[in-house]
Amino acid sequence: MDKFNTLTGVAAPLPMLNVDTDMIIPKQFLKTIKRSGLGKNLFDEMRYDDNGNEIPDFVLNQPAYRDAKILVTGANFGCGSSREHAPWSLLDFGIRCIIAPSFADIFYNNCFKNGILPIALPQEDVDKLMSDAERGANATVTVDLEKQEITGPDGGCIKFEVEAFRKHCMLNGLDDIGLTLQQADAINGFEAERAASQPWLSL
Amino acid sequence: MGNPKTLFDKIWASHVINTQDDGTCLIYIDRHLVHEVTSPQAFEGLRNAGRKVRHPELTLAVPDHNVPTTDRSQGIKEEDSRIQVDTLDQNARDTGIHYFPMNDLRQGIVHIVGPEEGFTLPGVTMVCGDSHTSTHGAFGALAFGIGTSEVEHVLATQTLVQKPAKNMLVKVEGDLHPGVTAKDITLAIIGRIGTAGGTGYVIEYAGSAIRALSMEGRMTVCNMSIEGGARAGLIAPDEKTFEYIKGRPMAPKGAAYEQAVEYWKTLPSDEGAHYDKIVELDANDIIPQVTWGTSPEDVAPISAVVPGPDDVTDAGKKKAIARSLEYMGLVAGTPLEEVKIDRVFIGSCTNGRIEDLRAAAVVAKGRKVDASVNAMVVPGSGLVKEQAEAEGLDQIFIEAGFEWREPGCSMCLAMNPDRLEPGERCASTSNRNFEGRQGRGGRTHLLSPAMAVAAAVTGHLTDVRKLEIV
Repeated sequence: MDKFNTLTGVAAPLPMLNVDTDMIIPKQFLKTIKRSGLGKNLFDEMRYDDNGNEIPDFVLNQPAYRDAKILVTGANFGCGSSREHAPWSLLDFGIRCIIAPSFADIFYNNCFKNGILPIALPQEDVDKLMSDAERGANATVTVDLEKQEITGPDGGCIKFEVEAFRKHCMLNGLDDIGLTLQQADAINGFEAERAASQPWLSL
Repeated sequence: MGNPKTLFDKIWASHVINTQDDGTCLIYIDRHLVHEVTSPQAFEGLRNAGRKVRHPELTLAVPDHNVPTTDRSQGIKEEDSRIQVDTLDQNARDTGIHYFPMNDLRQGIVHIVGPEEGFTLPGVTMVCGDSHTSTHGAFGALAFGIGTSEVEHVLATQTLVQKPAKNMLVKVEGDLHPGVTAKDITLAIIGRIGTAGGTGYVIEYAGSAIRALSMEGRMTVCNMSIEGGARAGLIAPDEKTFEYIKGRPMAPKGAAYEQAVEYWKTLPSDEGAHYDKIVELDANDIIPQVTWGTSPEDVAPISAVVPGPDDVTDAGKKKAIARSLEYMGLVAGTPLEEVKIDRVFIGSCTNGRIEDLRAAAVVAKGRKVDASVNAMVVPGSGLVKEQAEAEGLDQIFIEAGFEWREPGCSMCLAMNPDRLEPGERCASTSNRNFEGRQGRGGRTHLLSPAMAVAAAVTGHLTDVRKLEIV
């Protein structure tokens, strides 16, 4: 996983509620056995017409937002399925930070596993960033994970919350599995106790 | 005596291996289910890192999303689907996890197979790379969906890094009216709390209407917890639970079973346990439900009319409703019972169990699917299919004009050839009515199996209670 420290880039506005994982990456693209290459199908049904041509109105098809690194969107972003193809497609497109009033739990969790920073902010802060984002390529936003700050194009600064452990893993690009395996003794101990107290769980 | 604890608190506490300063825990995972869509990258990750599956015997895999529901003797026609299923075959063989291949009688939707095999047990932690893992909460198992990175983490370590959820209690008291089912309960709950109402919570379902449900009905309720935003649903295990588990192939036997039951009886929430949020519904107030929009929270009683943007004040919601109605091709104010249907889908991990097929067959018996409708029944597993055929349900469906298919996820998410064409409208017993879910441009109305049959035979959304049951 790539480290995440600071990110500066164009923020794309997607002012919709309950953007679900089927919208982010429709199921026909889940048939891959790879993690890569999904960016071209991000938001596929909103982004392309029935003939596969780009729909010019869709935000990520507009010249100002084609290289967006940040997405500003509505509440409950990422609801629905557990498909990690959703963050994979965002990442492959180039989005490394999503700002919304709230996120669905599984999607939120999946983002951190892939070096994407989801930031939940009060509605009024999201509204401010949304109107900044609507200004297009002139509106670059900087996200500083270490300081937990977002700096808007006019220099205004918004603080955000992130759990300490997730922040640590993101800043250092740490592999969760490697960290857990360092606790092998604790896991072995737990298993021995479990085998004794709940023997029916062994298969 | 310590503080009174909820069912969730008890399961959580018994699985914590350690806790960090910020409250993040390493928890043990007792049972892991795997299907072909969310696992290939996890197995690849293990291989690339030179890691092994820590406990192959605690993982059960089955292909379900991509499998055809028509004749399987020639294998899978679509190359990408075939590759994904072949990849699962290979990964299962290489790692020694339990595996039911496509042509095994026990193959089916992963969330139907787990309980059938006795793999799902009360008090366990259970995960799968699939958000409908919440289904297994019907047994009092803490069961939730995870992403592929976490699938890899569980395969490698049999643990997960998690923070505890908050406790929500949803209490449904009273008796259900005839014709009202578990599906109507869960849709009514989602209508009440909203699609993000359960975010950050585990929902415990309680009350006399929940206790009165069969295990199948309880699974339907817990299945849709995620549609209310909660990663997991829970129902306290009771005699029905213990009876359901007894004798299943992977369940404990003999003395081990007795010992397990004694433990399972200690799991229900203690009197006075704290819940962060409590929602109460009266079962008497619930009538058959149907969705009209593109989020499961867009739900109404069948007697209602299609709502419109003017019915809400929030600007974001106004916009969302307008978009939903446009996508669904509906006009505000139209009575739901006048909405015509092109397709009917009965199946899925929500409503593909034997009780669902029985409830559907009762309504289908002696009736005919309307000439304007194409209707299909997709059993949730090979064993459900076998049981239904033993009871003659297949014949009832076939005589009524339904297609009788092979088991799988099918048109719940249309990863196999079963899908809606643009603009087609479907009465579906599945769990999501998102845009494009059942096929690009397809329009989904979620409802119960009995309601789905009522729509099939009349050609429009219909209150099943108006049909005479013979």
